[in-house]
Amino acid sequence: MMNNWKVLWNGIIKQNPAFVLVLGMCPTLGTTTSAENGFGMGVATLAVLVLSNVVISLIKQWIPDKVRIPAFIVVIASFVTVIELLMQAYVPSLYKALGVFIPLIVVNCIILGRAEAFASKNNVWRSLLDGLGMGVGFTWALTLVGAVREVLGNGAIFGYELGIKSYMPLVFVMAPGGFFVLGYLMILFNRLSRK
Amino acid sequence: METSFFAIVFGSIFVNNVVLTQFLGVCPFLGVSSKIKTSLGMGAAVTFVMTLVSVIAWPVYMYVLVPLGIEYMQTIVFILLIASVVQMVEIVLKKVSPALYRALGIFLPLITTNCAVLGVAILMISKGFDFGHSVAYSAATAVGFTLALVLMSGIRERLELEGIPKAVQGVSMALITAGMLALAFMGFVGLV
Repeated sequence: MMNNWKVLWNGIIKQNPAFVLVLGMCPTLGTTTSAENGFGMGVATLAVLVLSNVVISLIKQWIPDKVRIPAFIVVIASFVTVIELLMQAYVPSLYKALGVFIPLIVVNCIILGRAEAFASKNNVWRSLLDGLGMGVGFTWALTLVGAVREVLGNGAIFGYELGIKSYMPLVFVMAPGGFFVLGYLMILFNRLSRK
Repeated sequence: METSFFAIVFGSIFVNNVVLTQFLGVCPFLGVSSKIKTSLGMGAAVTFVMTLVSVIAWPVYMYVLVPLGIEYMQTIVFILLIASVVQMVEIVLKKVSPALYRALGIFLPLITTNCAVLGVAILMISKGFDFGHSVAYSAATAVGFTLALVLMSGIRERLELEGIPKAVQGVSMALITAGMLALAFMGFVGLV
């Protein structure tokens, strides 16, 4: 049995959802055109992940085994809708920038994956920690990818101009750059974590 | 909406390729693209389900959600719809055509969590397409997905024979290959 501290750290480094488990690739590539967007997407996913993990571990004993996946999806989709409406109301510019990827949190494999693999088997407190760890791991990964792409493509970081914009190839903010940056970051992560 | 069918079809297959420019459906794109045969199977299953979902989702949105004023329920309704369609296709296929079921069967459960399917359903509504354009858009997007998948698996079959450093093997190599493919697809920008 892992202790609680390990449950939390597990998602942040050792089983980082983006770099190690390779789950949720679509938002990792699609929303990381800048550090801010990546961070925003990470936090939105974190919120859904924590809420759905907690609720699923609370109601797990009443869900018949056969319909558990549809039941999980309904719980997740409800929270995604709540987050979507909140973002539309309070951070409209971020809501616009992330676009279709906010409703698509529903089909982010991390969330259903953690519901099935962790929250449906553990108590509320540990599920909360697991959601938090995985969410933080996802958020820092997305922020990092976003920051690298923003610096390389736009010569800025968190919207702050570094004054090198005219030298930077714009392709890094576009689709191919997303694949390249994530690919090379993954190589780096593999290399560093193997030691 | 005065966009021509040709612009929608050509645009969604090449110019705005769903995987390589919009990053939808990247998970199956990386996961099942190691053999050409399996990627063709996956592509066929996705094409089938995506078209079917748009045929059902469009009327449900326009004639149920809009009159009731509950458009914000779109995400929940669509994901449940996709899950039931996938389930239904699986059951029907098993009864009607066991041969086709054997070919597509293993891919079907994966489609529920393929974000391209939900993404296309949401996008066709937000783009304001009418019924015919929505169906054309979904089918063409699915063909674009299949194209990307088959191209990718062709490259990966070749890559298997190459010596690749250990840290680069697997997903990272696939991502870099996908990046090159995406670069090539950028050549289509501006055609439609």
